[in-house]
Amino acid sequence: MTRFITSSFSHLILLIGILIMVIPVWMIFASSTHTSSMINMNGLQMFLGDSFYENYLRVLLYKGGFFKEITALKMFFNSFIMATGVAILSVITSLMAAYALVYYRIKYATLLFWIIFITILVPLELRIFPTYSVMAELNLVNSYFGLIVPISASAIATLFFRQFYKTIPDELLESAKLDGANTWRFFVDFLIPLSKTMIVAMLIFMFVFGYNQYLWPLLVTTSEQYWTVVMGLKMMSGSIVHRFAFVMMSMVPPILIIIVLQKHFIKGVFQDK
Amino acid sequence: MSFLDLKNVTKIYPNGTKAVHETSLSIDEGEFMVFVGPSGCGKSTLLRMVAGLEDITEGDINLDGKLMNEVDPSERDVAMVFQNYALYPHMNVYNNLAYGLKNRGIDKETIEQKVNDAAKLLQISDYLQRKPSMLSGGQRQRVAMGRAIVRNPKIFLFDEPLSNLDAKLRIQMRLEIKKLQQKVGVTSIFVTHDQVEAMTLADRLAVINNGIIEQLGTPIEIYDNPKSLFVAGFIGSPQMNFLDGNLKNKTLSAESFKIKDIISDFEGDVTLGIRPEHLSQKENGLINLKVDLVEQLGSDNLVYGQLKDKKDFCYRCPGNLIIEKGSNLSLNIENNKYYIFDKSTGKRVN
Ligand SMILES: Nc1ncnc2c1ncn2[C@@H]1O[C@H](COP(=O)(O)OP(=O)(O)OP(=O)(O)O)[C@@H](O)[C@H]1O
Ligand SMILES: [Mg+2]
Repeated sequence: MTRFITSSFSHLILLIGILIMVIPVWMIFASSTHTSSMINMNGLQMFLGDSFYENYLRVLLYKGGFFKEITALKMFFNSFIMATGVAILSVITSLMAAYALVYYRIKYATLLFWIIFITILVPLELRIFPTYSVMAELNLVNSYFGLIVPISASAIATLFFRQFYKTIPDELLESAKLDGANTWRFFVDFLIPLSKTMIVAMLIFMFVFGYNQYLWPLLVTTSEQYWTVVMGLKMMSGSIVHRFAFVMMSMVPPILIIIVLQKHFIKGVFQDK
Repeated sequence: MSFLDLKNVTKIYPNGTKAVHETSLSIDEGEFMVFVGPSGCGKSTLLRMVAGLEDITEGDINLDGKLMNEVDPSERDVAMVFQNYALYPHMNVYNNLAYGLKNRGIDKETIEQKVNDAAKLLQISDYLQRKPSMLSGGQRQRVAMGRAIVRNPKIFLFDEPLSNLDAKLRIQMRLEIKKLQQKVGVTSIFVTHDQVEAMTLADRLAVINNGIIEQLGTPIEIYDNPKSLFVAGFIGSPQMNFLDGNLKNKTLSAESFKIKDIISDFEGDVTLGIRPEHLSQKENGLINLKVDLVEQLGSDNLVYGQLKDKKDFCYRCPGNLIIEKGSNLSLNIENNKYYIFDKSTGKRVN
């Protein structure tokens, strides 16, 4: 009986927590399906209206910005390129960095690792001007390359992969060697499949990280053609329902990525056990 | 030159540990060699140098007429079975066996043929599609063996492959390894610290202590004729009894008895070694044993007790003899089977 009470109590707390998080989002969504005059007169709405298609289609296709040359659709495209680029590139670089740190006979590998690690304390915002001037010198302002590369070396992902590699028993490498695997084959045939779960987790993490970037894209792009969704949130002008619709849509890609990749993630976790 | 030749091989680890001292050893083709010794004596180090997993500090290793010192492990054509098996966790059993063949660029059909043959030999055909995590300890052991066999290497190296198994399975696998090795005929080195395993498996045995091979020979040679105190104490179960004594004018005085006409010119303090199984009861025998404890093994009894000077002593007798706790036994050494060692150096003197 007491167990029933405590478990219902914790469920209650969880439910309240969920409601606190979900209700505002729901209100924005519900409001975004009404007309703007309705919202202006009656405030935020709890129930769905009937202007969903109208509002969302207009937001997607409306040419915004100062020069009226970027649509929300293009912003989603830009954000997707940037987030995917950051995710893939940072996973590749940190996989390789961790491999070198753990398996190569580097003299000061631990020291090197900690030097990489403390870059966590120096976020992009702190080194933004030097980074910008490098990009400007290389003529990479206003390019996807310029958007992606400076934030694609992840110390955190390197840390995770390194710690994981360190748990792999040496005998595995040794028997692979005796089976004729060279350095590259060991990386491809062993480390990558063994860290599949972690790779997926890092892809999700870095995708969301890349998607959420605001200051860097703002600085490194001057052409509206390179605006991202998060920049658009700030720049978009228009009526309140259209902004709400845009906010709602901006949440979709990260959620989608999590849903799509989570399957592999969970499958991986269960298979390993 | 024999098949595998170690010449003055020394290993000093970067931290200064000298694990192997100037060891020389020759192993013939098809021979089953066992390295046995206590923990930390350098058995694994020696084996890993043969595999190429450790650099050789000094000396030469020749395999099949080729100098191996600078040859990469992937090029040596040796196979190793590790204590924890080191199976590839993300590959199924089939791919575990096939991986080494794939790396050699062997075509698919030949690989399939070889894997299936090896699987049949080891009775793991039913598990080929399973991942190692879904196998029992004994099955994993077989897969590890299969991975070695399938490549048909020049030499098999085993580093305590049975120590993770329970006692019964261990004895069974021990037999199977020996049979398999005889069937396949591949030169093998087997590392263990279990002297029963060593005795039963070996064609020849190398007893290693502190990075040095103390004695090399067939199991029976080593049992019958240990050259040092260490070897005498290490091989044989229960352990040999050791008594302090003194040798002078070919007469040994130990405990409360004397043995005359010893064939040795050594004079000084010695250790007398007597195996528990080389004793028999006789009236007015040399040794008087007060029995503390009797372990009945069925075929044998192990009788533990003390001598006059409170020294612990063990006597092994046939299981049909009934021996009472607290009784006094009078024992003689059978056929002069005793071993005398120089107390200071541990070298055999008789
Ligand atoms: N990588 C290493 N660095 C430094 N010293 C080492 C290293 N590996 C082993 N040693 C030392 O070398 C000696 C021999 O080690 P080895 O592993 O060969 O022993 P072993 O006979 O296999 O023992 P066990 O039966 O416990 O496996 C030991 O004293 C050990 O501490
Ligand atoms: Mg060892």
